[in-house]
Amino acid sequence: MAATQVVQSEWTKIRSVASTVWTLSLAAVVTVALGMLISLLSADEWATMSPRERLSFDPTFISFAGMSLGQLAMIVFGVLVVSNEYSTGMIRTSLAAVPQRGTFLFSKLAVATALAFVVSLATSFVAFFLGQAMLGEHSASLGDAGVLRAVLGGGLYMTLIAVFSMGVAAMLRSPMLSLGILMPFFFLISAILGNVSATKKVGQFLPDQAGSKIMQVVAPADNDTPYGPWGGLGIMVLWVAVALLGGYTLLKKRDA
Amino acid sequence: MIEAVGLTKRYGAKTAVYNLSFQVRPGAVTGFLGPNGSGKSTTMRMILGLDNPTSGQVTIGGFPYRKLPNAPRQVGALLDAKAVHGGRHARNHLLCLAQLSGIPARRVDEVLGVVGLQDVAKRRSKGFSLGMGQRLGIAAALLGDPQVLLFDEPVNGLDPEGILWVRNLMKSLAAEGRTVFVSSHLMSEMALTADHLIVIGRGQLLSDMSVKDFISANSADFARVRTPDTEPQQREKLSAALTEAGGQVLPEQDGALRVTGLPLPRISDLAHGADVRLWELSPHQASLEEAYMRMTQGAVDYRSTIDQRSGLQQEMPPGAMPPPQMPVAGQGQPGWYAPPPPQQGGQPFAMPQGQPAGPYGAPAAPAAPAAPGSTGGPNPYAQAAQPSAAAAQPAASDLTKPEDAR
Amino acid sequence: MIELEGLTKRYGEKLAVNRLTFTVRPGMVTGFLGPNGAGKSTTMRMMLGLDRPTAGDVRIDGQHYDGLRDPLKYIGALLDAKGMHGGRSAFNHLLCLAQSNGIPKSRVHEVLDTVGLTAVARKKAKGFSLGMGQRLGIAGALLGDPRILMFDEPVNGLDPEGIHWIRTLMKSLAAQGRTVFVSSHLMSEMALTADHLVVIGQGRLLADTSMADFIRQNSRSYVRIRSPQPEQLLDALSGAGIIAVRAVDGALEVDGGKPEHIGELAAQHQVALHELSPQQASLEEAFMRLTAESVEYHAHSGPPGAGRPDAVTPDAVTPASRQGWGSDWKKG
Repeated sequence: MAATQVVQSEWTKIRSVASTVWTLSLAAVVTVALGMLISLLSADEWATMSPRERLSFDPTFISFAGMSLGQLAMIVFGVLVVSNEYSTGMIRTSLAAVPQRGTFLFSKLAVATALAFVVSLATSFVAFFLGQAMLGEHSASLGDAGVLRAVLGGGLYMTLIAVFSMGVAAMLRSPMLSLGILMPFFFLISAILGNVSATKKVGQFLPDQAGSKIMQVVAPADNDTPYGPWGGLGIMVLWVAVALLGGYTLLKKRDA
Repeated sequence: MIEAVGLTKRYGAKTAVYNLSFQVRPGAVTGFLGPNGSGKSTTMRMILGLDNPTSGQVTIGGFPYRKLPNAPRQVGALLDAKAVHGGRHARNHLLCLAQLSGIPARRVDEVLGVVGLQDVAKRRSKGFSLGMGQRLGIAAALLGDPQVLLFDEPVNGLDPEGILWVRNLMKSLAAEGRTVFVSSHLMSEMALTADHLIVIGRGQLLSDMSVKDFISANSADFARVRTPDTEPQQREKLSAALTEAGGQVLPEQDGALRVTGLPLPRISDLAHGADVRLWELSPHQASLEEAYMRMTQGAVDYRSTIDQRSGLQQEMPPGAMPPPQMPVAGQGQPGWYAPPPPQQGGQPFAMPQGQPAGPYGAPAAPAAPAAPGSTGGPNPYAQAAQPSAAAAQPAASDLTKPEDAR
Repeated sequence: MIELEGLTKRYGEKLAVNRLTFTVRPGMVTGFLGPNGAGKSTTMRMMLGLDRPTAGDVRIDGQHYDGLRDPLKYIGALLDAKGMHGGRSAFNHLLCLAQSNGIPKSRVHEVLDTVGLTAVARKKAKGFSLGMGQRLGIAGALLGDPRILMFDEPVNGLDPEGIHWIRTLMKSLAAQGRTVFVSSHLMSEMALTADHLVVIGQGRLLADTSMADFIRQNSRSYVRIRSPQPEQLLDALSGAGIIAVRAVDGALEVDGGKPEHIGELAAQHQVALHELSPQQASLEEAFMRLTAESVEYHAHSGPPGAGRPDAVTPDAVTPASRQGWGSDWKKG
């Protein structure tokens, strides 16, 4: 069984269900549109900002503000890609066709990750350019120090969110359970932990908080994070690796 | 007693049921047959007042369902095993049905016992298997101790013990003088259960008669005759004598003869006259399925065809024999590639029926014993190993083969 | 060929499959029977490498399932008509299976045609009826033109035409020398399809024999005789030490007799026979007798022992549902 066959098969699977199109386009549209809106509002706010605030004004990061909501669609994409197999009963058909479970899982992940990366990267660039256009005179340009890194990083961040969700879904199997854990985790818990000073130390090591560091070009005023942009992305990659390893181990061990 | 008069149902341009008139009498199990999409479910739904007929009417005991006084105590129906709130306990499901029609709670426990669900009565029906759901549906149908019962595919999902139980249940309900109306796709099962048949196709009545008459009317009865295995010439002799007397004689797989057109005593006399000893002389009736297939040709929605398999690269499984280049006409693929026989031409029906040695329709003689060229006994493993180019060729040469075999 | 050796599966305390050893041979249709909960599905899943055996071994043409390269070319299985994504079209469902095993796209069109779904190939599977889903599952099993085919309850939801079709399909696959393994609850259907039977109950092997032997061993067989000279026939029979019983309709019945033997005897004594037919119990009867002890959900009618199939006679079923209740409310 050649892995290329399985990859081809997984590509057919992913392109032939409607949820792929709507989750990915929702992620792109929400990220870009919300980014534009917040950029526009920030540009208006500039006049009323304190000098201190102006100093830490980060036009690049602002244009990615839509990602906080757009990533939720990315999570849905990641969860559905994997857990659809279970909720529909397709998994038995799939594993009968591809009994090498490692090949099966990693081909599926490779295809979904590649697709997520292409969409995320495009989204990131579009969100950046349109966001900067809204910011007008306060905008950053791609040639500025650290900006290209942040824009590429935005694409990586969204991709990793999707892959993390795939790993979690592979462990939990049920789409409802996976979404029920991931959605509040990224939308509420992470934000709460990150904003309450007592838990901030822990919160900053969560995958989204650490990963989003890569999109920052200007450090916030009271920056005391113990890692840099790439270090943050590294932490996120660790989380993803653990999720995937868990998913793989369970798939390998479990009865289908 | 269920009575339909000129029952018609149109959905937009499509006529699902057209001018259907029949009676379902008490004291018998009446089978309701028809291909998929023939209007069976629509008719059932109209009987139960779920759908309104476009014209005509159907009554139960003289009343349309919706005008029946206390309908749940007069009519019980199993329409769809999944029409149960999944989160509700089996017992509560029945209890709320019972309360709707003023049936005491102890009757609920009774019917649970009757269908064998008493041990799982407190479990949510979500976790039920198809068979358990079916039993719950049957319990609901029995709840009001009704005189008229309708069952749609009642054995779906049941295990052999459950199937036997449902069959006996329906028979005993009919024996008590109730009206039992059952739809099913399982001809072999229906043959054992029903006394009377109503067959529809494309929404119209095709037949309304007893099972026995239905089979006799739509297929031929035959006799199976066996002569001593030790003396093949006796078989030839008898065969000639029977043919001379006007009977049709076909060989069966195990060497017996299948004789149509002669009554058993006549066969006995002819054998005696030809000095042939008989080892078997048994009367047979064609199966209900055969008779049904003959009747409903032309009323089928999804048709199956012969697997062509030309696009498959025949990769050799490791350990299989090397591909012998032997596309001897008709040998490699017994019947598999053969087209439907021309007799079926024009009829939109997939399977060749009643054609011995036909490609798919030959349960009695799958190996096409008379086929020339199969002298060496086909090597089963050689077939799969044939290269695809060769696979197409016997397909072409097979075009004529089934006719020879016949 | 499928070989099982000491196959065992334990879920916690419960032994679902208990040291099963049998071989499914090519060239015939092997029926796989057992009451609900007997372990049939678990066994089939282990054959396909979906569930891991607790102990024992199952081999497909001598290899473990996960050692097969392109398994769909060795074994095609219909396990569950719902084993597909409802949002995917029939064509794409088969295409992704085909691609994973290096099967050309043209084959997908062929199997769709074979099962009669070409017209709805581009429709989403969730709009399919149970019968159409079943046909799509069968198409998936045929996809790799495999030497071994496995069907779990294949006639579920099919209409009479479909049932007839799948039966002749299975027989013709077997006639081509393939291995065909079918599970079903429909004894009357199985009796028409299978040549060989494997019967399990409570996870253990109960029988592994030919259909004819199975029925012979598990039920009564007799010969029915009609003759215009019944008295002479009775004399001839009793002369040979054969006991015949007169049936209600005037025919004679000989328990366990051989028709050829009786035929010769009649010829010797110059007795004409108008019927000489060997009678056998149905597969269902034989199956019920064998598995009487291992059934999970008994429909019962109240009296003790009602769970035994022979007790579920027409008279035994409903009286309980009619007596002792209801007369008070029925009047209202």
